Formats: sequence, C-alpha cells, structure tokens
Amino acid sequence: MKPAPFAYVRAATLDDALRTLEEHGDGARVLAGGQSLMATLNMRLSAPEVLVDIGRVDGLAGIEDTGDTLRIGAMTRHVEVETSELVAEHAPLVASAMPHIAHPAIRNAGTFGGSIAFADPAAELPACAVALGARMTIAGKAGSRTVEADAFFRGLYETAIAPREILTAVEVPKIAPGWKSGLMELARRHGDYAIIGLAAHVEVEGGRFGGGRLVFFGAGDHPVAAAQTAALLEGETWSDRLADRLAASLKEELDPFEDLNADAAMRRHLAGVLVKRTLGPLAAA
Amino acid sequence: MDTNVDVSMRVNGDPVSRRIEARMNLVDFLREELGLSGSHVGCEHGVCGACTVRVDGRIVRGCLMVAAQADGADVTTIEGLSDTGEIRALQDAFVERNALQCGYCTPGMLLTLAELMERNRAASRSEIREFISGNYCRCTGYEAIVDAFEMARSARSGGGGDAA
Ligand SMILES: Cc1cc2nc3c(=O)[nH]c(=O)nc-3n(C[C@H](O)[C@H](O)[C@H](O)COP(=O)(O)OP(=O)(O)OC[C@H]3O[C@@H](n4cnc5c(N)ncnc54)[C@H](O)[C@@H]3O)c2cc1C
Ligand code: FES
Ligand code: FES
Repeated sequence: MKPAPFAYVRAATLDDALRTLEEHGDGARVLAGGQSLMATLNMRLSAPEVLVDIGRVDGLAGIEDTGDTLRIGAMTRHVEVETSELVAEHAPLVASAMPHIAHPAIRNAGTFGGSIAFADPAAELPACAVALGARMTIAGKAGSRTVEADAFFRGLYETAIAPREILTAVEVPKIAPGWKSGLMELARRHGDYAIIGLAAHVEVEGGRFGGGRLVFFGAGDHPVAAAQTAALLEGETWSDRLADRLAASLKEELDPFEDLNADAAMRRHLAGVLVKRTLGPLAAA
Repeated sequence: MDTNVDVSMRVNGDPVSRRIEARMNLVDFLREELGLSGSHVGCEHGVCGACTVRVDGRIVRGCLMVAAQADGADVTTIEGLSDTGEIRALQDAFVERNALQCGYCTPGMLLTLAELMERNRAASRSEIREFISGNYCRCTGYEAIVDAFEMARSARSGGGGDAA
C-alpha cells in the first residue's frame, strides 16, 4: 500500500528539527532511517501530516569513546555499530546483537537511536540498553535531559521521549573487567524479530557468578529484567542443577504475551532454553 | 503544507530532477518517474527485498525510503549495475546454475550479492544465506543462488572464464 500524503522537511540542525516539531505539533513525526516508520506509513497504520527528516542533522551520527562510556549518536546506522571496533571491544553485548537485527539492506539504513526510540517489544537494542544500564539523551525546546534505561522504556512502543522531543544519543557504559555478556534469540527466520530473546550481562570470576542482569525481549510489552532469577546466580558455578533452577524460576517470574508465533507457556519454556544456552558458555569462557 | 518536493539525484550515473509527491518512495520514483522497472515491488513493508537498490554505495530497501531522502545521492539500480559489467560474473553464474525461475526476486538478489562480494567475498555458504536472508525467493529454494555466488566468486578471482 501507499502512505497517505504528507509534507517533508529536511532539518539542517537539531534546533531546526526541534523548531519544526514545535510548529506542527501532533501532526509531525521524526524520520530517522525510516525502516520502521515507512512500513507503518505504507500500511496506513498512521498518517502524520509532516515528516521531519533528521538524517542530515550535524552531530547526530557517530560513535565516540568518552572514557567510561561509548556515546552512540542516535542517527548512527546499524551497520556502523555492527562493524565498529570500539563497540566490539567495549560493548560486546551490543556487538553480538547487531547481526540479529533485520537484514543487511535494513541495517544499512536503520539507526541505533531509531530502534531505541521505536521500542519494539521484540527488539534487541532496548534489552541491551536495560542490561547495560545505558543512558539516553533527549533534546527538547527547554534543552537536554538524560534518562536511565530502566525509566526510559515505559510500555508497548512507549518511551520517555515526549512528543516534540528528539533522542540525540545513547551512552553505553563500557564493560568492566570480570564481566561477560551474551545475547541469544529464537526467531523463525534469521533477521526476523525474535519470538523471544535474552540479553545477559553478568559478573563471572573463575567460573563463579556474581551480580548481573538477565533481560528478555519478546517477553512483555517492553524489556523485562528477570531480577529474581538473576539473583539465583550469585556465588554459584555453572551446573545442570543451576540451569534447571533458573529455568524453573523464569516460569514463575515471566508473564509473556501470546501471539501467532508462540503461546505464553512456550515462551516461558524457551526462556529457560535461552538461559542455558547463553550462561553455560559464559561461565566456561 | 505543500505535500510536493523537488528532488535531484544521480541515477546510474545520470543526473535527474523531478517535482514529486513527498510520499513517493524511491522504488516508485525509479519505476514510475524514470521508467526503470528492473527494481521490483513486492510487499512494500521491507520484508521481501524485491525493491533492493544501491544508494551511496550501499543496498537499501527502495520501499522504505522516500525519494526525497535520496536527494543529492548516487543511486544505482539493476539497470546501471548490468551496464557497467560489475555483476557480469554473477549474472552468468545465475544463468549457469539456474538461480532464477520467474526472476521476480533476481534484481534484488543480484544487488544484495554484489554487496556481499564487496564486503565478504570469502563468505561461507551459511554466511551467504544469512546475507540474503532478507530477500525472498519463492521459486528456487535458494540453493542454486548460493551455488551461483560461489561460482561467480571463483570466476572473479581468476578461476576461469572471461567473466569479469
Ligand atoms: C523486515 C524488517 C525486519 C526488522 N527486524 C528487526 C529486528 O529483528 N530487530 C530490531 O530491533 N529491529 C528490526 N527492524 C527495525 C529496524 O531495526 C529499524 O531500523 C528500527 O526499528 C527503527 O530505526 P529507524 O532509524 O529506521 O527509525 P524510523 O523508522 O525512522 O523511526 C521509527 C520511530 O521512532 C521515531 N524516532 C526515530 N528516531 C528518533 C529520534 N532520534 N528521536 C525521536 N524519535 C525518533 C520515529 O518518529 C518513528 O516513530 C526490522 C525492520 C524491518 C523492515
Ligand atoms: S517491496 Fe520493498 S521489501 Fe518488499
Ligand atoms: S526466481 Fe521466482 S522468486 Fe526468485
């Protein structure tokens, strides 16, 4: 299908983009890579009056080493993150997520910030952001503010970004010594949104787990941190018994949705499978 | 507000300018405004890959980009890629290995495989499959397409033939 008519404005600067959003109010929508937005417009799931293209706004793209964190600009294309040496070294969880995101042609156009802002419940990057404790920088008329990942994802496709605001960057803390991370997902076809997936970021020293986070995607309306289950890891080494305890705990803790791909019971079962497949190798490595 | 825009870009090396509806996507622009019907339209929501074209050196979905976003860009379609001879070896291998039947997916497949040839020419069979995971083919079952990539790669690395 074709989208309903809209006007198109290409912003030259961030101020320019914010001003245009103010001017058009609820009828305006930010256009980043367009890989989710265009699909919804083509299906006429929404019909904004004006698209504000931030694709050429200076300073919104790029990956910067700030010392303790990597600052990933919102307009950084997925392919840049996928092939970044900085990301591979300091944010291996994000690096391992990238090949799972859609397909090469979509990763060439889609953006890091777009995935975070869109907040699809089955998307990898929101779960990575929660697992790593990333911070989102949001610009608006009144200036810039920073929101922690835990407070950022609020519900189904709902984030802390208010109408007329723009996500400008995501700060990802660098992985600390003694920490390991892994991401795994189950999907019908490589590149499709996951039926369910796990972003794990845990402390492991000499085969023994410390603290950490197990964050599921495709398990709720936004990333789900299984805190109760993660607490069972403390002080433990990897064993089949531990794996079974984790899987049993996930069945209690998760309350996943049902869709054509899987019912809730199947998603709960798959969560246990993912924990085994992800944490076993992390403990051994 | 005005729902039309002026766009100018280079398509297969030639400069073009048009005034079009802002909602017109890139693949419709190429097909309907420029008559370049080699890029196909399948699903119009990013799933099938039939609309794959190259923008500033990288493949994208022509259905998920408004033409206005390509203003000032360098766009290459299957027509341009065929004319320059860049994918001759791939095209020959597609014929040789029967890597197409109805041909609907073929332009998108070729654009995608041309990028793989650039980025990872030594790709394993599973890496080739992963790279074309976003391109649906309802006819061939993909095996022959993977074969064709392998064949074209050895032709290009001097393994034989006049395909270059
Ligand atoms: C076939 C297909 C498969 C896909 N599979 C996956 C997958 O497996 N995993 C996955 O994570 N994604 C997947 N995607 C989505 C893809 O990753 C998109 O790139 C991403 O979700 C959105 O990024 P974008 O830059 O294209 O944003 P756009 O489509 O331009 O925007 C999406 C939404 O976010 C808003 N927005 C974007 N950027 C900002 C910003 N900086 N500030 C404020 N608002 C903003 C827009 O207004 C819009 O509402 C898939 C897409 C397709 C078409
Ligand atoms: S028509 Fe563009 S991906 Fe199907
Ligand atoms: S040859 Fe018919 S869809 Fe691929």
